[in-house]
Amino acid sequence: MKLTKLLASTAVGAAIAFGASSAAFADGHAKELTVVSWGGAYTKSQVEAYHKPFIAKTGVNIKSEDYNGGIAEIKAQVEAGNVTWDIVDVELSDAIRACDEGLLETIDHSTLPAGADGTPAKEDFIKGTLYDCAVANIVWTTIFAYDKSKITGDAPKTMADFFDTKKWPGKRGLRKGAKVNLEFALIADGVPAKDVYSVLATPEGVDRAFAKLDTIKGDVVWWEAGAQPPQLLADGEVLMTTAYNGRIFNAVAGEGKPFEIVWDGHVWDLDLWVIPKGAKNKDTALEFLKFSTGTEPLAKQASFISYGPARKSSAPLVGKYHNKDIDMGPQMPTAPENLTNAVQNNFEFWADNADQLNERFNAWLAK
Amino acid sequence: MSDAALGTNHSANNGAASEPLIAADGIPLKQKLAKTTRRMKMQAFLLTVPLVLFLLVSFVLPIGQMLYRSVHNPTGSNVMPNFAVAIKNWDGQGLPSEEIFEVFVKDMALARKNREVGKTIGNLATRVNYEIPGARSLFTKSARRAGRITEGPYKEALFAIDKRWENPHIWLTLQRVTKDFTAAFYLAATDQKYDEAGNIVWADELYQIYLPILWKTIWLSALITALCFIIAYPVAYLLSTLPLRTSNLLMILVLLPFWTSLLVRTSAWIAMLQTEGIINNIFVYLGFISDENRIQMIYNMTGTVIAMVHILLPFMILPLYSVMKTIPPSYMRAARSMGASGTYSFVKVYFPQTVPGIAAGTLLVFILAIGYYITPALVGGNDGLLISNLIADHIKKTLNWSLGAALGTILLTVVLIFYWLYNKLVGVDNLKFG
Amino acid sequence: MMKRIQTLGFYALVAATALFFVFTESFAGTFGFIIIFGLPYFLMNDLPPYATAAEKIGKYAFLSLCTLIFIFLILPILVIIPLSFNAEPYFSFTEGMMALDPSAYSTRWYEDIVRFGMTAPDGTENWWSDMWNNATWIRAMRNSFWYALCATILATGIGTLAALGLSRPEMPYRSAITSLLISPMIVPLVITATGMFFFYSQKNVFPFFPDGLINRDIGIILAHTTLGVPFVIITVTATLTGFDRSLIRASQGLGASGWTTFTKVIMPLIIPGMISGALFAFITSLDEVVAVIFLADVDQRTIPRQMFSGLREQISPTILAVATILVIMSVLLLTTLELLRRRSERLRGLSPG
Repeated sequence: MKLTKLLASTAVGAAIAFGASSAAFADGHAKELTVVSWGGAYTKSQVEAYHKPFIAKTGVNIKSEDYNGGIAEIKAQVEAGNVTWDIVDVELSDAIRACDEGLLETIDHSTLPAGADGTPAKEDFIKGTLYDCAVANIVWTTIFAYDKSKITGDAPKTMADFFDTKKWPGKRGLRKGAKVNLEFALIADGVPAKDVYSVLATPEGVDRAFAKLDTIKGDVVWWEAGAQPPQLLADGEVLMTTAYNGRIFNAVAGEGKPFEIVWDGHVWDLDLWVIPKGAKNKDTALEFLKFSTGTEPLAKQASFISYGPARKSSAPLVGKYHNKDIDMGPQMPTAPENLTNAVQNNFEFWADNADQLNERFNAWLAK
Repeated sequence: MSDAALGTNHSANNGAASEPLIAADGIPLKQKLAKTTRRMKMQAFLLTVPLVLFLLVSFVLPIGQMLYRSVHNPTGSNVMPNFAVAIKNWDGQGLPSEEIFEVFVKDMALARKNREVGKTIGNLATRVNYEIPGARSLFTKSARRAGRITEGPYKEALFAIDKRWENPHIWLTLQRVTKDFTAAFYLAATDQKYDEAGNIVWADELYQIYLPILWKTIWLSALITALCFIIAYPVAYLLSTLPLRTSNLLMILVLLPFWTSLLVRTSAWIAMLQTEGIINNIFVYLGFISDENRIQMIYNMTGTVIAMVHILLPFMILPLYSVMKTIPPSYMRAARSMGASGTYSFVKVYFPQTVPGIAAGTLLVFILAIGYYITPALVGGNDGLLISNLIADHIKKTLNWSLGAALGTILLTVVLIFYWLYNKLVGVDNLKFG
Repeated sequence: MMKRIQTLGFYALVAATALFFVFTESFAGTFGFIIIFGLPYFLMNDLPPYATAAEKIGKYAFLSLCTLIFIFLILPILVIIPLSFNAEPYFSFTEGMMALDPSAYSTRWYEDIVRFGMTAPDGTENWWSDMWNNATWIRAMRNSFWYALCATILATGIGTLAALGLSRPEMPYRSAITSLLISPMIVPLVITATGMFFFYSQKNVFPFFPDGLINRDIGIILAHTTLGVPFVIITVTATLTGFDRSLIRASQGLGASGWTTFTKVIMPLIIPGMISGALFAFITSLDEVVAVIFLADVDQRTIPRQMFSGLREQISPTILAVATILVIMSVLLLTTLELLRRRSERLRGLSPG
């Protein structure tokens, strides 16, 4: 009997202690904001350029969280009516779909601040970066990169080289999913960047892309989170990998890794801020959105990671990497020399075909 | 307590009786016994009621709702309630009438303005896009312009927005989609679809994924079960024949993995099997393979099988052990003393007695293996994925919840068949640990 | 003759071990060698006098096989312990580690458990509250233990009650009800979690929680209770199978009330079963990740959930450090269980020791 009592009292005691600590944990600062982004070097750049100045200005307590893209969490939160995310950094196709399905707050573009040079926001933002429910902050891209120290002879220069495992034997890293990989495959197979989506819209084009992917299937290591590719390169798990350009740049500039970016055939896209419908701190989120997409924070972010600001007025302010003598200009996906053979991700194509192509991609992977 | 009640509860009310079997209080014994039994049954049952109710709410209803969701998808009628009614009785010949087109255009314009979750034009676009790839942009584009169509002929106005509206296929699909109950997700879950004329056909081979993965899940589970059996049998035999002190000591080696977190064991296997991992290092060290040709043992089917065999092995060893412990060693000795060879006496005398343990172990391992999610998700790579991973993908990533629910229902059916078999052959009451 | 072969065998084993060490100069390798070849040797117990030499060799081979299987079972778990002290951010042994170089070992990953996620890991001001509130793993641990504790209490309570009913000889529909109560263990977790995900996200259905139970502690606790219940049922009914029901009658015959009988007679006997059931429920909840993936938000992340994303996204030996702590916990739990089992057997007079 003693044993019973002892156990019961321990359990109750522990329960009370935990309950008390949880309660103490719950009441924090008055104003809070949960900002959700992609983690790693990217979130770090946002913390430096957006969060810290915003906290200094407003005193709001920002909680930063990481996710891996997609709208699943937003949908679950909105449908459950318990929205814990206040503002989320999403890809364009996800922003459009979430907006279409009524999962996001609409944003009045006229309330966005004018550029530092006085240009109204609607003109200051690069064309195609403002949407009903979303405001873009950066232009980013998927490139491929390799480890210079591991390649002795010719360096790979084109997308076709990425698929050439005869000349450069070794593993390749690719993002798990159909998007971007099919574009890369077609470019590597000789399709000019501007024709990629018209080819991919035909069944033969899809077959052609999969046939090209087939040639390296046995050598591919698939990654899912943006932080993985630099790690895969550093660990020697792969010889070349596709990656978000900013991640590779930061591994080079920040950690001195011997990686090289190949810009040929890169597929660029936008990242946008969205506010889930029913966000608990909607007003603060909107305030944060306006602040962070201002001319200066956007320019400042570009000094921490090589993603292009969505405002024209930010471009002249982009200087050097924050603590080193590296010009950021040529590192941007939007730099003219990087756009010679580049594709803009066609969100409409992917909105229409993602279901079907992912199904085929998964079937292909499982074989 | 209940036994005591027999004599004390009711006072005599009937006086003497003529029948022979009567209790002290005069009620016929048979009746009284029945009453007591009923009460005891009730008492026993009442003890289980809180748990049964709890599981009903937290477990049975949720699963029931999932089954319901796999056939019930009201997106169509939620987004376009009037059109859903209008097209219901269309005969499916050619194109619908101008009236139906009018309702459609008006509903579309209304839906475009609706921002309520689950009732936007985007929801319907997503739903139709499952069946007709490309329909999403057709819907969002047309809905944007539908508000501007204020008068007929609506048919032509819609055709002017996009030629694709002229295809009867889309209207047949819309008729199906606006019905609340649908078998479409079961078709998709079994790699079938409706063709342009509305007939059920197999999906293109390149797009077939669910049935192949389901078969793969079943045969991989069978393989894992077989491997577990082959590995577990000698160990269980050894443990059951060793002196108690030694076997208890060695039992720790079985129970410790059993009690160790699944995630811990999965991380351990990543450390063991990766290209720079321990097994590869040992092989290189021993000269079996060269440093450049390290074997890929993880992030594929091999990794899944090895890790799952390790994780499920205790579920095979423990039932085998508990059965083997009850087999007296004298049986084997008797067989031997009568001249049977070692092998013969094992096959004819020992093995048959372990069959109940084999049934319990194999069925349990198989049932657990078939629904595994975590280990394949972490070490499965591309070809080691199982059906559970696809279900989770549809719930968490692609958000095609109805398809996820349909796949879940199929998997559940398979599992329940084996559970029923287990119940029949082994009996749930015989489930034990440690 | 047989005796001589065995003695010879022993010397051969010692000589082979020595040779192995001389050639490889590896402590770990030699240790492995001793285990692989030595353990079967020591397990060789008396064979019947009529056993032939072939049978002796066969038995030795059989024991070697079993030894390999035991190594298969235990090695992966043991291996993570030294790996968690790796000074390098890898999941593999470095050359320094193999040579037992102290500088190749470090406790940095254990420090990382506490520091990761803190706003100012090197700050001194409010270090403790920063750690308690912000460190990712600490938060995960707090969540895990809180959920496990609540789920265990709930599952043990209603589970024991139901087990008492199920083990009564007069229980109606026993087999059907048992199958229902055990089924949370059988139904694939993904299906259970999917069902709960849909069900718990409904609005205006649950009293006190008009917004649904998803992304809230209560949802996870209910899910974990559901998953823990079968274990309680199994262990408690197992304790009750050997239960001598005449003890109840004896107690009643001596005039004890129902409650006294329960607390003085039934409880002490089923307590070991309850505790092992509770431990099972506890570890089930502590280890559960699928329901957490489906039902929880970042705020509700648990240890296994954190390990899951770590393994998927950024493998770091911090995971191994956490794993080592979990292994130590399993050892403690296992010991408790073993002690309980012995106590239970002693009480029920099943075995002497």
